[in-house]
Amino acid sequence: MNHFPLSVSIPLASLKPGERATFLQFDSGRGVMGRLIALGFTPGAEVRITQNHGRGPLLVAVRGTYVAIGRGEAEKIFVRRAAA
Amino acid sequence: MSDCHTVSPAPRLTPRLRQETTLIALAGQPNMGKSTLFNLLTGLNQHVGNWPGKTVERREGSFTYNGRNIEIVDLPGTYSLTANSPEEVIAREYILREQPDVVVAVVSAANLERSLYLVAELICLPAPLVVGLNMMDVAEQEGIVVRPEALQAALGVPVIPMTATRAAGVSDLLRTIEDVLEGRWVSSPHRPAVRPDHQQILAAVEEALAGFVPPPYPPDWVALKLLEGDAEILQRMQADLPAERWELVTAQLVAHDDALLAIASGRYEWIDQMLHAAMTRPRTGQIGLTQRLDRWAAHPVWGLLILAAMLGLIFGLTFTIGVPLQQWIDDQIVGRLATLAANWLAGAPFWLSGFIVDGVIGGAGSVITFLPILVIFFAALAFLEDVGYMARAAYVMDNFMHLMGLHGKSFLPLFLGFGCNVPAVMGTRVIDSRKARLLTILVAPLVPCTARMAVVAFLAPAFFGARAALVSWGLVTLSIALLIGMGVALNRTIFRGERSAFVMEMPLYHLPNARTIGLLVWQRALSFLQKAGTMILGISAVVWLLSVLPGGSLESSFLAMAGHLLEPVGRWMGMDWRLTVALLTSFVAKENSIATLGVIFRSNQMAANGGLAQTLAAAFSPASALAFLTVTMLFIPCAATVAVIRQETGSWRWTLLSVGLLLALSVAGGSAIYWLASRWM
Repeated sequence: MNHFPLSVSIPLASLKPGERATFLQFDSGRGVMGRLIALGFTPGAEVRITQNHGRGPLLVAVRGTYVAIGRGEAEKIFVRRAAA
Repeated sequence: MSDCHTVSPAPRLTPRLRQETTLIALAGQPNMGKSTLFNLLTGLNQHVGNWPGKTVERREGSFTYNGRNIEIVDLPGTYSLTANSPEEVIAREYILREQPDVVVAVVSAANLERSLYLVAELICLPAPLVVGLNMMDVAEQEGIVVRPEALQAALGVPVIPMTATRAAGVSDLLRTIEDVLEGRWVSSPHRPAVRPDHQQILAAVEEALAGFVPPPYPPDWVALKLLEGDAEILQRMQADLPAERWELVTAQLVAHDDALLAIASGRYEWIDQMLHAAMTRPRTGQIGLTQRLDRWAAHPVWGLLILAAMLGLIFGLTFTIGVPLQQWIDDQIVGRLATLAANWLAGAPFWLSGFIVDGVIGGAGSVITFLPILVIFFAALAFLEDVGYMARAAYVMDNFMHLMGLHGKSFLPLFLGFGCNVPAVMGTRVIDSRKARLLTILVAPLVPCTARMAVVAFLAPAFFGARAALVSWGLVTLSIALLIGMGVALNRTIFRGERSAFVMEMPLYHLPNARTIGLLVWQRALSFLQKAGTMILGISAVVWLLSVLPGGSLESSFLAMAGHLLEPVGRWMGMDWRLTVALLTSFVAKENSIATLGVIFRSNQMAANGGLAQTLAAAFSPASALAFLTVTMLFIPCAATVAVIRQETGSWRWTLLSVGLLLALSVAGGSAIYWLASRWM
């Protein structure tokens, strides 16, 4: 399924606050995926981390919306880190 | 090629008298101000119920505009129209089957990109669309510039800029709706296209479906939903298609399981085109109000402190304003009413005066006195909800809720439970997964509600003097600790298995709207009064009957017999038959235990010439009192809560499990506390 080199495709949960990334793909079930897609997570969308404290949920901005994502889900969302 | 250009009006399934009423459906994503607009249009002229067979709130109302009778239905807030939850199915079925004259899509100017996603779906359905571009003020606050005329030109349907919280733009919206109804506005909607690489697949699925799609569903829409993997449409078409056609469809779906992403991407490409013309974003690096506030409100440490402060403030308000008000109503209104009724009914047979004075006024009347406390609580929570804070409370509590296998969203109904467990159980509707919802419903009655706190506030000072506050604090802590313990235990036993996902929008902060808050409080208070007037009244009457039959006195009544029968169990907790009876009547409403003790000790009290609390302090040991308070905190939920548990779970099995678990927990907890207290106190 993974069309991108592993060094490029990293879980959303590993990004630091303030970092930007491009959304690539999910590794989650259809239900969660449907909800994330409707909230703006489609391939190519820019994601910005506004909070990630290493534990607990993350806060990310995608397409002008702030979305809270549980850590478990954020481990299954794959992104490519944008050049700083 | 458009994915929905062949849509033709389907035959009307439920004919209405067109000339007489106009039907408008309000659609929109959550947090778009849809309810504010609905409240503005209908005022108190609205009805709140449930969608048939679903535990999803249905709100409808009516108003007149230029002599036209308009019926308006507030569809559930949904992010898309793909069946991820019952809400989406309800919204799209309503538009397809009821065929409203106009669908108003409420979008947020401050969140335009995402809110147009639902418009991308609505614009493909065969109903005239008007877009209400709401929250222009919030957009301005976040530094976003939106040009409504440009958006209107790009979409090809009317777009009306609005700020519903200030009622701005609403008359423009109504005028435009009328223009559309009168045919003065000819829409030429520009609909999203499926990406070129998936057009052939869509055509192939459509061909396989040809002739088998039942009305009112547009065949091209069904084909699109199948490609999106929509569970509900898949199930429906599997039943409706002949086997060989179904095989053709599934072959396409299996070969193109990425179609959902392609279709969603197509919609966002369409949105990009709309935005390109109509919106200017703030300069990058500019930080909006929401993000600045969230540095505190959503911080793992500060956020929890802020939440604790908010809770403290709400309790402070409740107990400094609400409790005295409740006592005043109890003394001055319910008490006087009871005296008045007793005098007036002096000549009437004892059963009639007893029924009215003790059963109706004493039972249901004393429950109604809790209204001020609930109103304060509901208002505080509605305020926090309206400004957008509640999502932050869920966010900061997420980590903690994971202990019970739940996530942040489950915190919101539990929060409501401090006011009253009834709205808490109903509030579990925000939770997406049924498992998480059931678990939350099972633990919710352990949140100490104001009624139980009132019993504690009444008895603790008489028994424990200066240590009353410490005892109250200990009882609340014990309840919460047991709530967590039960949650953890249930999560490892009945609810073992996968966790539900935590994905939640954090709405932008905005100024509160008095009308929205007022209506929310009004509706919740009204539903509480309705319960007090029907079910609680009925049960109060039954309990009163049991307390006088067969002999006419409480001491020889059926209720006392039950108390004597259960006394052996009560003894484990240091309770005699009188406390046992008081506990039994607390099933009607928690604070009834005080009323019952009042009836039982009436003669002693008159002899001692003191207050009830002092009379009780003389009759029972502190250990018994502590055990009694513990059991009161943990006992089976009150009748109203049991009724909503049945309603929300849709099953007697879960309801009985809830009652059984709490019964066991309260007997065990009460016995343990009594055992400990009688050794240490």
